[in-house]
Amino acid sequence: MGARTVLETSGRLLIVDDSSTVRRSIERHIYSERVTKIYQAANGREAMELFERYRPELVTMDLTMPEMDGLTCISRMMALKPDTRLMVISALGDAETAIEAVERGANEYVVKPFSAEDLNLALANLIAEASGPR
Amino acid sequence: MSDEEIQVFIDGVVRYFQRTTGEPAEVDPPYLKGEDSVTLDFTGVIGISGRHRGAVYFTSCAEQLTELLHRFGETAIGFADHEDLVGEVANTIAGNARQYFGSEFLISVPVVLCGQPDRISFPLCLKNFVIPFTWRSYRSYLIICLDLQP
Repeated sequence: MGARTVLETSGRLLIVDDSSTVRRSIERHIYSERVTKIYQAANGREAMELFERYRPELVTMDLTMPEMDGLTCISRMMALKPDTRLMVISALGDAETAIEAVERGANEYVVKPFSAEDLNLALANLIAEASGPR
Repeated sequence: MSDEEIQVFIDGVVRYFQRTTGEPAEVDPPYLKGEDSVTLDFTGVIGISGRHRGAVYFTSCAEQLTELLHRFGETAIGFADHEDLVGEVANTIAGNARQYFGSEFLISVPVVLCGQPDRISFPLCLKNFVIPFTWRSYRSYLIICLDLQP
């Protein structure tokens, strides 16, 4: 058990995006029964506060945000909890940024604008990765 | 700006509405902005820095933003939701342009302006291109003011 099945015991998700519309849109697409609690942050500073307090297993992360950008946030989260499963959801469509996000620890990268199908598939992958062998 | 660069933003507009609503926006030919006012109820502004300088503006009427928010599943829609969405659309279209311009095309977080079109002054030192488009009969504009850093 333990590290092999992170979401069997707990499924906390932190949604980080400076747009409240996007945060609610992501929340509406979370159908998994394994996600038991959802937290939301509007910038990197709030995200780090919630991350340190609740230690979520899953994170969706915007990159362009006030106060602290998403790439900095990813590095800090991974330093605190390296087994966090993290999906970037960003408008930044260049390959360099996607590669940097993955190098810092992101598991998935979804470019906005996303359709419901895009998001469902990416979230399903993220949850499956978190539940599968580590 | 070259035709190819303007096309990057036209593609961004079409893609935004197609992917989020399933219905593409219909884009009319871009033109150089003159004295005419093209600002509507809400305007999202993204500053551009890095290798380029300038700004990307997305301006929309409240009715279009409400319709979009309904499509996203929102029910209780208020002024703050319009502000949030107009900034997010501007951010998304400007951010997508990095696929063409590269990672040195730096975008700011959105600044949102509500009404008061007379107060919005566009950079006079840059050519301002207006991309008019229609989605579900609502007219909106994307305004691009962009140049290479001197």
